[in-house]
Amino acid sequence: MARVRQLHVNGKDFQIDVDGERSLLSVLRDDLDLTGSKYGCGEGQCGACTVLVDGVPIHSCLATVGGILRRKVTTIEGLEMDGRLHPLQEAFLKTNAFQCGYCTSGMIMSGVALLQKKPNPSEEEIVAGMKGNICRCGAYQRIVAAIKEGAKALQQGVK
Amino acid sequence: MNTPETSPISLEPERYELHAAPLYHFDLGRREFFKVLGCGVVVLFLIDAVMAQESGGGRRGGRGGQRPAEISAWLHIGEDGAVTVFTGKVEVGQNIRTSLTQAVAEELRVSVDSIRMVMADTQLTPFDAGTFGSRTTPDMGTQLHKVAAAAREALMDLAAEFLKVDRTSLVLAEGRISGKAATETVTFGQLTKGQKLLKSVSDKSAATPVDEWKVAGTSMPKVNGREFVTGKHKYTSDITRPGMIPGRILRPPSFGATLKSIDTKAAEAMLGVTVVHDGEFVGLTAPNTLVADRAVEAIHAEWTTKPQISSAELFDSLKKNAKASPERAGSAEAGTVADHKLQQTYTVAYIAHTPLEPRAAVAEWKDDKLTVWTGTQRPFGVRGDLAQAFGIPEERVHVIVPDTGSGYGGKHTGEAAIEAARLAKAAGKPVKLVWTREEEFTWAYFRPAGVIDVTSSVSNDGTITGWEFHNYNSGGSAIRSPYDVPNQKTEFHSTSAPLRSGSYRGLAATANHFAREVHMDELARVVKMDPLAFRLKNLKDPRLRAVLEAAAKAFGWGTSKAPDGHGFGIAGGTEKGGYVATCVEVSADRKTGSVKVLRAVTAFECGAVVNPDHLKNQIEGAMVMGLGGALFEAIRFENGRITNPRLSGYRVPRFPDAPAIEVVLVNRKDLPSAGAGEAPIIGIAPAIGNAICDATGIRLRSLPMVPDGLKEG
Ligand code: FES
Ligand code: FES
Repeated sequence: MARVRQLHVNGKDFQIDVDGERSLLSVLRDDLDLTGSKYGCGEGQCGACTVLVDGVPIHSCLATVGGILRRKVTTIEGLEMDGRLHPLQEAFLKTNAFQCGYCTSGMIMSGVALLQKKPNPSEEEIVAGMKGNICRCGAYQRIVAAIKEGAKALQQGVK
Repeated sequence: MNTPETSPISLEPERYELHAAPLYHFDLGRREFFKVLGCGVVVLFLIDAVMAQESGGGRRGGRGGQRPAEISAWLHIGEDGAVTVFTGKVEVGQNIRTSLTQAVAEELRVSVDSIRMVMADTQLTPFDAGTFGSRTTPDMGTQLHKVAAAAREALMDLAAEFLKVDRTSLVLAEGRISGKAATETVTFGQLTKGQKLLKSVSDKSAATPVDEWKVAGTSMPKVNGREFVTGKHKYTSDITRPGMIPGRILRPPSFGATLKSIDTKAAEAMLGVTVVHDGEFVGLTAPNTLVADRAVEAIHAEWTTKPQISSAELFDSLKKNAKASPERAGSAEAGTVADHKLQQTYTVAYIAHTPLEPRAAVAEWKDDKLTVWTGTQRPFGVRGDLAQAFGIPEERVHVIVPDTGSGYGGKHTGEAAIEAARLAKAAGKPVKLVWTREEEFTWAYFRPAGVIDVTSSVSNDGTITGWEFHNYNSGGSAIRSPYDVPNQKTEFHSTSAPLRSGSYRGLAATANHFAREVHMDELARVVKMDPLAFRLKNLKDPRLRAVLEAAAKAFGWGTSKAPDGHGFGIAGGTEKGGYVATCVEVSADRKTGSVKVLRAVTAFECGAVVNPDHLKNQIEGAMVMGLGGALFEAIRFENGRITNPRLSGYRVPRFPDAPAIEVVLVNRKDLPSAGAGEAPIIGIAPAIGNAICDATGIRLRSLPMVPDGLKEG
């Protein structure tokens, strides 16, 4: 099996030596200790494992590390800049958009990707853009509010 | 499979997964307290055994006889003035870490971020039967108020002595106590230095009255919220230990299957794989999860299976196998004076909790001592299970529950903990076991399925004259009608059921309210009355009336008719000290079969409100969760196998399913606070069913109501 020896995550190069067939999620979590991305289903249904690869959201449970190569991976741990939260992280805090928090990092990553594509999404666009993410605690209404709030903050350039 | 064990603890009958609490005695002496915690002030809450039993919170004790008072929580103020609170309760997303912190902050007049809450750690926190039954707020919340109030009083005494001033002249604010003069000020740390002051309080002790609350009762954000939005919080599945390796279990092909033969050679030949075969237990450890998966596939096992019933035969079988009824109330003369009689049957499918974080455990053995991190709602129960499984005393087992990726009543047991510990023992290394979603859907327990028969009678003026209600298998919670019915007969029938069942948010209150509140709607139609007016005509309970009226008002009930293709529905009820009423608007299309819940209003009253925004969050969540069970969630099974054990086959609510939700809180400061994690789930299913009928005339009497879309009835 082809080995993978390097992974570019959150602006850093990591030297690794893993079977290329392993899922990106398991390498992030088990080898790099980046445990913010979660396992919820392993079949691309829940979005808890969402990370960005070259800015595009993917289910890291279904991606193999061999398929990532030199592409840039961003996880929830990479959103904070110099101790400052991303505006969407702030918005989740402000709106209390979580209960157990297990879906939160996936929600935020999907939300960040959505806002990159649609800086000012309508309610319908948020619902359509987020429907691949499950929150079993049912905080959907608050997550929609958080994304609207995050959009506003990003547009005003407020941090 | 789901025969409840009899226990001296008063637990609701349908908590089948619970057996008795362990026989453990946690008796830290005074000296040990200060040895463990350091000098300072310690206040204990003593709960007497009788009370512990009444609240379902006691541990199993000898029959009769005097039992010592139990400690349920303690608080320590260290020499540095740091406040640490110890409670055996578990945070599973219900936000008690925050609300309990607020209780302490309120009494001690310190900021919430200066309080550390140590929760659910069997070595550090006092015994706790478990976090369930919506008991945290009424029990632990109240106790911590009292503990912290006593700590405050002790500090005031110390301050008066320290400053040599009259105690009544002292003011407490922001972690310091001050007298009238600017020089008369002292910090908590100065007062606790070198102290070994141990106090205890009980239920009779005083706390700040609810209308004087300044911190408790406010919408404070989650105390550790930042940990969650940054992905830093370590759930069980995120914990790592030096040398830790992953584990995997070989599962039987069907329930009750037993091993006939097994060949593990191919698996064992894989680099770094250790196979453990101990009776019916087969599992392995591997260098990484991919190798673990491949190794499990490489095991050749043959099984002896036995034929079992399938979902299609479920409801017939439940009724056929019903045992003699243990729970009986009321007289049998349902409806002697009646203009109309109505008899209907309602059914409820098995559903799965589907917590987003599946069961997981990390186990580590060191010199015969076992430490396990696991997401369970019963840390002390799981400690007992581990001690029993490995034949070691409980003192050698340490269970730690990190704030967990939810439970909804589904994480009372410790399967993953035992499995991880068994593998770790064999591997000689710490092992992490994370159940796959498929395992979670198959080997956890389910909310019990049930059949409910209702026979009622009503007179032309809308007075209910008779009521007979039989619940087969799903449970007795909230089985009694809150309406004024002179001849009420309710009965719960246990029966032998095919799947392992257990607690679920709201227990059988959801099933019983679904049947009752849909039936009420049917009766209202029979007598051609507005469903709300019909309910109010037959209802005296002022608290239930108040929420029905509040929900109706916010919804605009009765002010207009639903537009074409839309329908309105209402339902209400009470459970565990919470009063709920829900109104919904649905759109339902008979042609395409599509049903969408457009908006939902819930009015909720649970005594004094502790944290309004978190309470709203809980209620919103319960409504969304209830909507899943109402419309499409159902576990399907065949011959001992779950046939839809994946999120692609088991539909849970997603963004497009969530209605616009409005929550109306009825705050009764004059009443003690009740928990709110469960009760708000009960109104949504019947309200939706009633709204679908209003829109289409189709009456749906089975949960889930539209798993394959709306069909002509
Ligand atoms: S874990 Fe990847 S989508 Fe669920
Ligand atoms: S907050 Fe618990 S799953 Fe979303």
